[in-house]
Amino acid sequence: MELLINGTTVQLSNNITTVSDVIDYFIPDRPAVVVEHNGNILTKENHSTVNVKDGDKIELVNFVGGG
Amino acid sequence: MEQRYSRQTLFSPIGTDGQRKLQHAHILIIGAGALGTSTAEMFTRAGAGKITIADRDYVEWSNLQRQQLYTEEDAQNRLPKAIALKEKLEAINQDVRIKAHVTDVTPWNLEELIGGVDLMLDATDNFEIRMIMNDISQKHNIPWIYGAVVGSYGISYTIIPGETPCLHCMMEQVPLGGLTCDTAGIISPIVQLVTAHQGAEALKILTGNRDALRENLVSFDLWSNQHSSIDVQMLKNDNCSSCGASPSYPFLDYQNQTRTAVLCGRDTVQIRPSSTRKPDLKRTAEDLSPLGEVEQNPFLLSFSTGANRLVLFQDGRVLVHGTSDIAEARSLYHRYFG
Ligand SMILES: [Zn+2]
Repeated sequence: MELLINGTTVQLSNNITTVSDVIDYFIPDRPAVVVEHNGNILTKENHSTVNVKDGDKIELVNFVGGG
Repeated sequence: MEQRYSRQTLFSPIGTDGQRKLQHAHILIIGAGALGTSTAEMFTRAGAGKITIADRDYVEWSNLQRQQLYTEEDAQNRLPKAIALKEKLEAINQDVRIKAHVTDVTPWNLEELIGGVDLMLDATDNFEIRMIMNDISQKHNIPWIYGAVVGSYGISYTIIPGETPCLHCMMEQVPLGGLTCDTAGIISPIVQLVTAHQGAEALKILTGNRDALRENLVSFDLWSNQHSSIDVQMLKNDNCSSCGASPSYPFLDYQNQTRTAVLCGRDTVQIRPSSTRKPDLKRTAEDLSPLGEVEQNPFLLSFSTGANRLVLFQDGRVLVHGTSDIAEARSLYHRYFG
């Protein structure tokens, strides 16, 4: 499956089915993220229910605390 | 002297009108680390009216790699960051009034610091203070600009009360447990990229150019060459307890304040005593000198014993270095400071 993540094309295995899987794959240790999926902001309840498919566009913004 | 701001007033969206507004503006910068030193220098050079800086820490050698303006002498003398920064800024532009506070920001002292402030800039290193800033911003209708960095990654968002979602609205959508401490190091270029975004948005707000604000939440990674910009307007929540229709400002509650904090990635615990009694640094130094090595400057006292170093500030706070165990830090605190 090919996804466009933060503007970069990424190949992912077909084991990845939901937005949650995508988050776990890219940010395993700190999943404090706001996610936009094909132009729609997701609430956190939707992370595990929204499925991803080939060609989807995902923006992941990770909240970090350093300064 | 009239030439001083000529390149900024030639920039037509600012002009002499915007410059005049900036010269009457009061900015509160919370934190004087990497982000805070950068934005403070920016607005000192740009000619802000007044800049207030609040920081709880002192300069260390590990800061010099990215925290601009600080010198080896500052690290040697363990000068509080707010004091060291004020000194440098005053040498850059004597017309800007700089106020320095060596303090850990709490809801109570922030209520005082916020007086007359037009904009708050986030240069803190933790979410506890940011959520307090967020509630104060909503309560007093003062915008603030979130900025944070870790590794080669940075993020920023401009929060305008009554218009944009607040940090609490956005964090509601962040799964619990995700906010772990940042131990991944940091490179200087990402600091400059985040403060470039914070600074540009601040200039727009303070020179009367709110139409030009970015609106999106932005993030970037300078190492993996990724960036992201998303419209988060729909995360604004009418039921938000910070910015909704009937706010309770939960992060200003006494119950929600911690008195001890582990400073992430630094093997340090901060202890903030509940009494407001100011310590007598000179006397404490005399009492402790038979027990270990004591060093002192007008702002703090540093006491080394075995693997630990305890630093006592004038406001009564203590940093216990050499442990990240709160119980151990408390016991060391009570052993030496009563
Ligand atoms: Zn809110």
